[in-house]
Amino acid sequence: MSEKSIDQATLKMLSKAKADNVSLAWDRLAAQEPQCGFGQLGVCCRNCNMGPCRVDPFGDGPSEGVCGATADTIVARNLVRAIAAGAASHSDHGRGIASTLYASAKGHAPDYPVKDEVKLKALAKEFGIAVEDRTSQEIALEVAETVLDEFGTRKGSLQFVNRVPLKRKEIWDKLGITPRGIDREVVECMHRTHIGVDNDYVSLILQGMRTALSDGWGGSIVATEISDILFGTPQPIKGSCNLGVLQADQVNIILHGHEPTLSDILVHAARAPELLAAAKEKGASGINVCGMCCTGNEILMRHGVPLAGNFLQQELAIVTGAVEAMVVDIQCIMPSLPQVAACYHTKVISTSPKAKFPGAEHIPFDEHNAMEVAEKIVLAAVENFSNRRPERVNIPSDRMDYMAGFSVEAILSALGGSLDPLLNAIKSGAIKGIVGVVGCNNPKYKHDQSHINFVNELIKNNVLVVATGCAAIACGKYGLLLPEAAKNAGDGLRAVCEALKIPPVLHMGSCVDISRIMTVAAAIANALGVDISDLPLAGAAPEWMSEKAVSIGTYVVSSGIFTILGTVPPVLGSKNVAELLTSGAEGVVGAVFAVEEDPVAAADLAVKHIEKKRLALGLEP
Amino acid sequence: MKEIMVNIERCLSCHSCELACAVAHSSGKTLFSAVSETPKPLKRIFVHSSGTKNVPVSCRHCEEAPCIDACIAGAMHRTADGTVTNEGGSGVCTGCWMCVMVCPYGVIRSRQTARVAVKCDRNCLNREGVPACVQACPTGALQFIEVDEFSIQKRKNFVAVF
Repeated sequence: MSEKSIDQATLKMLSKAKADNVSLAWDRLAAQEPQCGFGQLGVCCRNCNMGPCRVDPFGDGPSEGVCGATADTIVARNLVRAIAAGAASHSDHGRGIASTLYASAKGHAPDYPVKDEVKLKALAKEFGIAVEDRTSQEIALEVAETVLDEFGTRKGSLQFVNRVPLKRKEIWDKLGITPRGIDREVVECMHRTHIGVDNDYVSLILQGMRTALSDGWGGSIVATEISDILFGTPQPIKGSCNLGVLQADQVNIILHGHEPTLSDILVHAARAPELLAAAKEKGASGINVCGMCCTGNEILMRHGVPLAGNFLQQELAIVTGAVEAMVVDIQCIMPSLPQVAACYHTKVISTSPKAKFPGAEHIPFDEHNAMEVAEKIVLAAVENFSNRRPERVNIPSDRMDYMAGFSVEAILSALGGSLDPLLNAIKSGAIKGIVGVVGCNNPKYKHDQSHINFVNELIKNNVLVVATGCAAIACGKYGLLLPEAAKNAGDGLRAVCEALKIPPVLHMGSCVDISRIMTVAAAIANALGVDISDLPLAGAAPEWMSEKAVSIGTYVVSSGIFTILGTVPPVLGSKNVAELLTSGAEGVVGAVFAVEEDPVAAADLAVKHIEKKRLALGLEP
Repeated sequence: MKEIMVNIERCLSCHSCELACAVAHSSGKTLFSAVSETPKPLKRIFVHSSGTKNVPVSCRHCEEAPCIDACIAGAMHRTADGTVTNEGGSGVCTGCWMCVMVCPYGVIRSRQTARVAVKCDRNCLNREGVPACVQACPTGALQFIEVDEFSIQKRKNFVAVF
């Protein structure tokens, strides 16, 4: 077991699952091994029915598919399709939130009033929408319509591109990769990768970059900004995380997935006196709503809701035997959940029209009567409490406190309203640089180990870490999101954290909220009058697994930030594509990918990169 | 003695055995390092199609091995564990291709640059003694089992549908 995770709660539940004869992601991975080498190298093409085609990586068999596509073409096409899927997912999430704002402004979604008017007005101004003498509803309607237009805009490029430094915009324009419309780029990826269209790997990858940028500077920013307007902009907040947040004597509801639209309302619904009374009637002392993955991050950032765990802990939460309902929306939800739940009393409740799970109960979420649906779901969980089997319950005691909620606004406020203290700390060398640590878990690697070892090395080297997604949850579980964690940081970073009373690792939200990190990076570059690629920054996804992560990595690199991947992407079947991504891109977008499975060596890469950038800026390394 | 046996009806022609064979014969022994090696590692198992059936073909390590009889360099020999190989014998392979000519199954190939014959040498076994091609087979089309055990299985399958 100990080779599977460094997390004690996870190890305990792995043993329980074994005793309960429940099969988990790790067991299913073992059944998949050895995994297909053609797939790992990215040299398998299934894009038309003359195939499937495979190129022999050892030059011993076919060197091209039926249509003549080489390994370069096939690998590039597969990569671009993964980027398109990732960008589509983030962007469709953004579209959902923007549609809710539209419904709210139209008066069709009474449970979603505008919560942050300041942010609404700021966004309106950014889009050139008048705010004077208008009600927030009027402004919201125009903002929603304008933002929804960004998905299929014909005006040339996305609005949020204007946030990036001029130098960066010029690079994108020159390369022809400035994103034109969020949906358009995804569609063009699918078009270009259709049989017989684009088969030049450089041209394909440039379109992949443009599409990724439409995610990072389009769909993801839309999701973040409109979520802040509707649900409130996160501020530093305290709470606790890991499976130990489940309560033995309460109705436990876990909200899992990515969208805050239903979950935010559900948090409120669970506080309704009549539902609490119903829970008491069933013998429970209360209703405990917990989060998981990014839905969890969304509600913890705004409500301090306890966080039950990250991606690889979703099945384990059910294995505790103490979860009455796992409510799921979209993305990163394992289809295995109903199967695992069948071994216990847990109800898996799906809510999105986009995601059905055989074996789960489907309670369709409707933003027009959100509270009604939320109450129905909470009631289903409460009623399920009497089905709990005490002999099957074992909640691990492991839990850890955290401080989260570092939106851009919260960081500025912690800095006294301006970026200057941060810039000065970077200039003086107290903080050497900033690394964004993001991404998923992957059972091919020891759960949480890469995240934690990588982050610990960075903070020792006076690198401030900003984190989102499952990486941020990992940091939370090991106490790295507490101001006290500064004691493990290098002297410079420790002093800054102690002065500002902030942790050395700032939790900035869910995976769409990597847009917050990009906004900060652009703001720092603008403040210094340089390009993003000149800054002492790096990105890392130590345990990534999803297509969204491929899109994220690509927009981060295309924005000029060196990015380290801890798990190998399926591109090694083409030497040309691999070289373009790991060295050629430097001369094109000013940044490259690196792949390093060893977290300590990866941290060394990040630190050396930061030193190089500092020297170029005329700062002490 | 265990041999590589094939359940032909199970082969989906995924070529995973070929890939695993080449990787096992590379210097780095991992897929990701093997793809960038020079010279490229060679596979010693080949999936061909007869039209309706896919057949992974590799050296059968014949009891009466024509390649051993034909080898005029004295390189091809049988080791104590029954493996037929041209490595580590009393003579050195000269690349005369006599073994290639006499092999009824065509499973001996050449490494042209080095002028040596290349074939299944069982230098690919894992800790449990299973060859790389068998480990890699996702459908169980390849098995590494005692010959008589294979025939028992086959009889049972025959009787089951009789």
